[in-house]
Formats: sequence, structure tokens, C-alpha cells
Amino acid sequence: MNAVTVNNISKSFGAIKAVNNLTFQVEQGDLFGFIGPDGGGKTTLIRMMNTLIIPDEGSATVNGLDTIKDYKKIRLQIGYMPGRFSLYQDLTVEENLNFFATVFGTTIKQNYDLIRDIYVQIEPFKDRRAGKLSGGMKQKLALCCALIHKPEVLFLDEPTTGVDAVSRKEFWEMLKRLKQKGITILVSTPYLDEASLCDKVALMQSGNILEINTPENIVKKFEKPLLAMKSKNMYKLITALRSYKFTNSAYPFGEYLHYTDTRETYSVEGIKNYLMQMGVTDAEIIPALPNIEDTFMQLMEKGND
Amino acid sequence: MKKFLGFIIKEFISIFRDKRTMVVLFGMPIAQLIIFGFAIRNELNDATIAFFDQSNDYMTEQIKQKLVSSNYFKLGANLQSNGMIEEAFKGGKIKEVIIFEPNFAQKLLKDGGAKIQIITDASDPNMAQTLLSYTSAIIKDYQTSLNKQSDLAPIIQSEVKMIYNPEIRSTYMFVPGLIALILLLVCALMTSIAITKEKEIGTMEVLLVSPLKPIEIIIGKVIPYLLLSFFNVITILILARVVFNVPFVGSYILFFFIALIFIMTALSLGILISSVAQTQQAAMMMSLAGLLLPTIILSGFIFPISNMPLLLQWFSNIIPAKWFLIIAKGIMLKGVGFDHIWKETLILCGMFLFFILISIKKFKVRL
Amino acid sequence: MTENINVISAEKLTKRFGSFIATNEITFDVKKGEIFGFLGANGAGKTTAMRMLTGLLTPTSGKATVAGFDVYKEAEKIKKNIGYMSQKFSLYEDLTIKENITFYGGIYGLTNAEIKEASERLLNKLKLQSSGAALLSSLPLGWKQKLAFSVAVMHKPKVVFLDEPTGGVDPITRRQFWDMIYEEAYNGVTVFVTTHYMDEAEYCDRVSIMVAGKIEALDAPKELKRIYNSDSMNDVFIKLAR
Repeated sequence: MNAVTVNNISKSFGAIKAVNNLTFQVEQGDLFGFIGPDGGGKTTLIRMMNTLIIPDEGSATVNGLDTIKDYKKIRLQIGYMPGRFSLYQDLTVEENLNFFATVFGTTIKQNYDLIRDIYVQIEPFKDRRAGKLSGGMKQKLALCCALIHKPEVLFLDEPTTGVDAVSRKEFWEMLKRLKQKGITILVSTPYLDEASLCDKVALMQSGNILEINTPENIVKKFEKPLLAMKSKNMYKLITALRSYKFTNSAYPFGEYLHYTDTRETYSVEGIKNYLMQMGVTDAEIIPALPNIEDTFMQLMEKGND
Repeated sequence: MKKFLGFIIKEFISIFRDKRTMVVLFGMPIAQLIIFGFAIRNELNDATIAFFDQSNDYMTEQIKQKLVSSNYFKLGANLQSNGMIEEAFKGGKIKEVIIFEPNFAQKLLKDGGAKIQIITDASDPNMAQTLLSYTSAIIKDYQTSLNKQSDLAPIIQSEVKMIYNPEIRSTYMFVPGLIALILLLVCALMTSIAITKEKEIGTMEVLLVSPLKPIEIIIGKVIPYLLLSFFNVITILILARVVFNVPFVGSYILFFFIALIFIMTALSLGILISSVAQTQQAAMMMSLAGLLLPTIILSGFIFPISNMPLLLQWFSNIIPAKWFLIIAKGIMLKGVGFDHIWKETLILCGMFLFFILISIKKFKVRL
Repeated sequence: MTENINVISAEKLTKRFGSFIATNEITFDVKKGEIFGFLGANGAGKTTAMRMLTGLLTPTSGKATVAGFDVYKEAEKIKKNIGYMSQKFSLYEDLTIKENITFYGGIYGLTNAEIKEASERLLNKLKLQSSGAALLSSLPLGWKQKLAFSVAVMHKPKVVFLDEPTGGVDPITRRQFWDMIYEEAYNGVTVFVTTHYMDEAEYCDRVSIMVAGKIEALDAPKELKRIYNSDSMNDVFIKLAR
């Protein structure tokens, strides 16, 4: 059964089409990622699914309930963590949690099992005001608050934005454990490297879904052989490749540069020779496997053409 | 119900933890009362008065003597004609003129009554009020001593006339005005800020997707302020009574009932503002410019409405505080009952209903 | 191109807030034309360090110079010789692109002729010639960030400080942004950059990683990966910061 279905949904704000005719399903128990840069329509889409915004066109269901007609019932079954960690800054950690528990008609004790793993990490600070917590701890507290009423479907809007790599890693580990408890999780993120942590992802750009699939299958969509190149002087390497007539794409990726060629067949030696002529004498060229980001960029360029 | 209670408790914690809110809630009413109170209060000491004695008999002599020897008054001039009275006031020094009618003693003893006219310069209304009460007290005292001497029980009729400000805005006017202002501040400004704050930090989103009903969210936000503003009303009344001896003639129950209606009107305005404003800053601007300023200027708190241009007089009718002031003045200072103020009360109720209906219509269950 | 001249040098630079030590005796140098990645967990003291180096905050103790000027005594001179851009504060949404350029040119004391020249050069490079009169708010986020960076280096500063400049920007625009960074560095501008994207850390010549107020590691990304036996900067970071 599908936890969420979305049918031809659209939403505009003035002249800007935030979400453009999207259709997809999220299966129960999935960890589903909406991945893409700011302005991709992730927040608007999530707010349409969790009943906060009415779509201009199309419809959506959560647990089989219509987001417009049955919004009251849906609100009892979902947990939501908005983009900014929405906590009461002047309440302590414990008071925040208590508050959200009572608002949802439950107690911390009743559902402590679900949040125990996460809450023990912030428990030492339970008397500290939420406003005084670090970003990572706020994020954990906000997650606890969204979980306290044992929701069946959890919506997380950019929970890892602006959070450091360590907290991000810990956060995804928590999501994995929640998933094992049977909660369907829909999460949005601007970090493409987080795609591989989801069961299924929708790559989003300017209100459109570029691709929707498992991370493994998305990478398979990369059409051209990929080369990774490296030089002491990366700037020179990039400029040289930018003016190379066979260059299809050349983007820096970590310490390497990812290159695709316009030709069907070509030799690495030929490229090396060209680079020599351009003064890049130390180029190291090796074949590489594409990742989600490579695929995203390829899809973006296709869309722009 | 438990959800709702939890909501209110959280709201109280938030209020009590925020130092700035606490200062506005509790510091300001007291500070304002004291500032207004002391700025307006005048100690009477050697005020210059003049007599126009058309009788010059032993009784008027006694009364004059009693007044001048009281330490409160200093004799400035003995006037000889009616025409000199205005001259005396225009000189600026003379604050009060006391006129005895001809044949004062004779009339008092024979006819059982004689007249004294007291004219005060009400351009300083507070001073005038004070002078008047002291003068009346001394004359009354004299009359009592006369009554003890004979069985006639003659009556000295004091006739009071205020010039330059015949309406005589009472010294105590500032207390009802202040209550109106504080209530508006706490109810409209503070609630609108409290609600928009939740929008700003994003907690409103979470509340909206929670099982709490929108009406519960609104009422939950509002109840703490309702209670706190009642507390403020009581504080102001006690302070006014104890520190400044402001009288309270009418019914306390009636007064609190009217205050409740006014509080609800102000709260509905606050909710209305917060349903329009997206940020705390916008809410603050709207409350200050749209509510507090007109209230201070147009409610009759500082400037008498009857002195305003016709257009503003007409405009003042839509200021809720104007009606509250009329009612509060009536109850506190004149002791009137509901039969005198039902019209104004009805207007306030109408305003409350109007504003609350719009705000409920405007409050969205979604973003 | 990196040259062997210190543009930023900090020695035991420390800032306390009450009993809390935000940055604790950090020591490092940044060379001319270097791209220096300044990483750290949330709350590790990056922002405080950056504020001291940009002359916004006086250190509690230690020494530091930026572009040859002392952070204690010559904060005003430092401000003239640096550029600054962050994800949060960049340009004015309600001004047009040209007005923004003119405004910042004016702040940094460029003459009208210089502003005109710089603004043409800059718009040409970003291919925004035709939209100079458009409001900034009409640009997509990525373009705003590219424009903000161009404006930050318009007055030819010796150092440019970038505080999470690419947050939320799409992957292609992010790379275009880094192309611009490379170009400035190649022309001798020192780039001091913070980021949460660990792949961007690999673009830097050298990277420092702050943990709880101290610099725990400082080296070229390749060396760091070797020392910490990791195959990505992400792993290095997690090993250090955990």
C-alpha cells in the first residue's frame, strides 16, 4: 500500500511555478528523499502533502486520506519538522518535548520507546533552554518533538541544512532506525550526497522532478563514460578543458575533475596530448564511476537544452 | 482539554521567562501610573485668592479670616466690583475668587440661607479642582460651627463656577485612560506579537498540523493575556486608590464586567493584527500606529473630544477606548449604574463581535 | 597561484565570552593566492575566528594580521583590504543589480569611473548585461550568489572571506561559483572559505578543521586523507569531529 500518493499536483506563487504537475507514490515504510537545490519546490511539495497548503491543481493522499477533505484526520497521523527547527526557544528541552506531547494528546512516557535512542543524546541538557542548544542538538530535539505522538508518516523539510557533517551523519543513522520501526519517512535535502542514504529519491529542480528512482538506478542513467582528472594546477586544467572542442562537460568533483567527451570513441592519450599543448603537463586521468551528483547535473543540462 | 491546558501552561512559561515581556506587562503599568500621577498631582500651598465681598459683615469677615489663616490660601486682592474679577484672573496670579452676596449675615440668619460664589481658573484643571475642594471644606466647617451655636441650621450655598475650562476634566481622568491604554497594549500589542512570533520561528506550522483546533490555538494564546490584563487592571486600581486617593464611587462588579468587554475587544484586535502580519515587527508597527496612537490622541484621554475638529470627532467614534473611557469615567467618578451606560456598552460589544468575526474568518487553518 | 607571502597570519588567537572559550589559541598562516578551507562543526568557533580576522571582533589574546594589518589596532584598514560574502548577508533584494554594484563600489571608495568600468566587466562576465536594471529579487539564488561574489572582489581586495557561500545552490551553479573562486585565486586573491559541502573542501589548497575551539588538523586535503586513512574529506571530518 502507498503511504502517500500525489496526482498531477501544481502550485504557483504569483508568476513563479513552485511545483509543476507532479505525480508519484511513496510506498509504506520507505525512506523517500526529495533532493535538489533551493527553489526546487521541495518545501511547497511537502506542505501540500502534509495539508498546510492547498494545491492549485491535482490532489494528494496520505494513508489513503485526501489532503483537502480529510486534513484533520491526516494531521493526527503525521509528524512534521519544518525547515527551521521550530522549537520554543525559551522553553527547556524537556518542556518543549512535554508541550508537543500534550498538544498531541499523549505523554513522553507513552512513546518513549520511539525516541529513546535520540533523546538520550540530548537528555544531559534537558534543563537547558532550546535557544541555547547547538544546531545538531536542536535538530535532534525537533525530531523528538515530531515523533512524540508516534506518527505513521514523518515529513522532514531540510532537516540537515546548515548542520555540520557529523550531525548530518548521525541524523541519517537515526532515520534508518526509525524506518526499521515501520515509519514512512519523507525527507527533503539540498545535499545530493545524502541521496544514497534513501530507498528512493526524487531529484527536483525548479518545481519539476528530473528523475524518480532508487539511488542505484539513478546512477545507471548516466549515459556517457566518465573520466576523473587531476593536476597540481586545477584552474589551468579546467580552463584548458573548457576550450577543448570535444569537451561535453568538465566539473570539479572533490580533488578530481569529472569529464565527459562528446565523441563516441576516443583515446585518453589524445586528451593528454591536448592538455600538454595547453601547458598542463601533470594531468592524471583515470576512468571513474558516476555518482548521483553527476547524474543530477547531466539531467539538469538536458532540461536546459 | 488536557491539550488545551498544556498549551496555556507553555504560554505562561514563555511569558514569565521573557524579561522584556515581563517589563512591559508589569513594570509599565506601574511606571505609567506613577508618572501620570505625580505629573498631575498638585500640593496646595499658599495659593493666591481674591475676595469680592459685597456684604462686609462679621460673618464674611470670619469666613475670610478662616480661609486666609488656613495656610492653603494667601490673600491677593480685595475686589470692589464685578468687573474687576476678570481682570484679576487675567493677571494670572489669582487662582480663585470668592464672592459673598450682599447682606450675607442677615440673609443667613433670617432666611436660613446665603450664597457664596466660588470662581476658579480651570485652565489648570487639577489645581482648580483642588482649590475648590479645600475652599468648600473650610466653608462647610464654618457652617458646622454655626449650626452648633443655634438651632436654626442655616445653609451656606456655595455656587461653583469654573472659567476657562468649563468642562472641568477631572484630575482623576488619567486613571480610566491609563487602564484603557494598558489593556490595549497588553491585549492587542502583546498577543499580536506572541502569535506572529510563532509564525516567525516556525512553531505555528507544527501547531497547525497538530490535532489542536485553530480556535484552541487562538484562545490558548489569548487566555494568559486576558488573565494578566485583569491583574493589571486591579494593580492600577489599587495603586490609584492607595497612592493617589483617586475615588471610586460606582460598582466594582459593573466596572470589571465592562473591562472584560473592553479586554475582549482589544484581544480580538490583536488576533486580527496577527492574522494579517507575518512578522513580529509588522505586528508591532500595526499595533503602535494603528491602535495605540489613535487611542492616545482620539479617545479623549488627553485631548477633550469636544475640542476636536468635527471630522476627528466623528472619527473618534470608531475608537473602542473612547466608549470605554465614557463608561469607566461614569462608573468610577460619578457612580452611575448600567442604565446610564448600556448604550456605550452595546457599542463596545458590537465592536468586539465585529473584530472577532473578521479575525476568525481571516485566521487560516493552513499556511 | 599560491605565493610564499603570508596574507593572513594568526598566532595563539583566542576569544573568550565569559568563561566560554570560543576560539582557543589557534595558530595558522594563509599564503597569497591560496584557497584556504576553514571547516568545523556547528559551534566549533569558526564564526568567531572569522569575525576576529575581519575586524568585527577584538580578540581576547594572541596575535593576528590580515593583509599586513594588525587586528587589534588596524581593523579599519583591514576592512578596506578584504571582501566579504555570506549565504545570509549578500546583496539588497529591493535594489536592481546595477544599483547593488554601485552601492558596494561606493562603500569601498571606488570612483564613479571605476564603478562604471567594474560594473560592465562584471555584468559581461556573468552574462547579465541585459538585466542590469532588473531587481535582484528576480534572480535565481545561484546567480545572486555569483553576483555577490563578484561584488565582494570588485574592489580588488587582498583577501576575500566567504561564509558558506554555496548553501542550497544547485550543483552546476556551485561549480561555476568555484570556477570564479579559482580564477580570483589564480590572479593572486587569497580566498578564505567555510562550507558544509565536504566535496568543496577538496577544492581547497589547504584545509583546517576546527573542533571545540581548536584547530585539530591543517593540511592539504590529500595529506589529510592520507594521515587519517580516509578516502574522502567527509570521512576525515567525521573522524576528527566525532
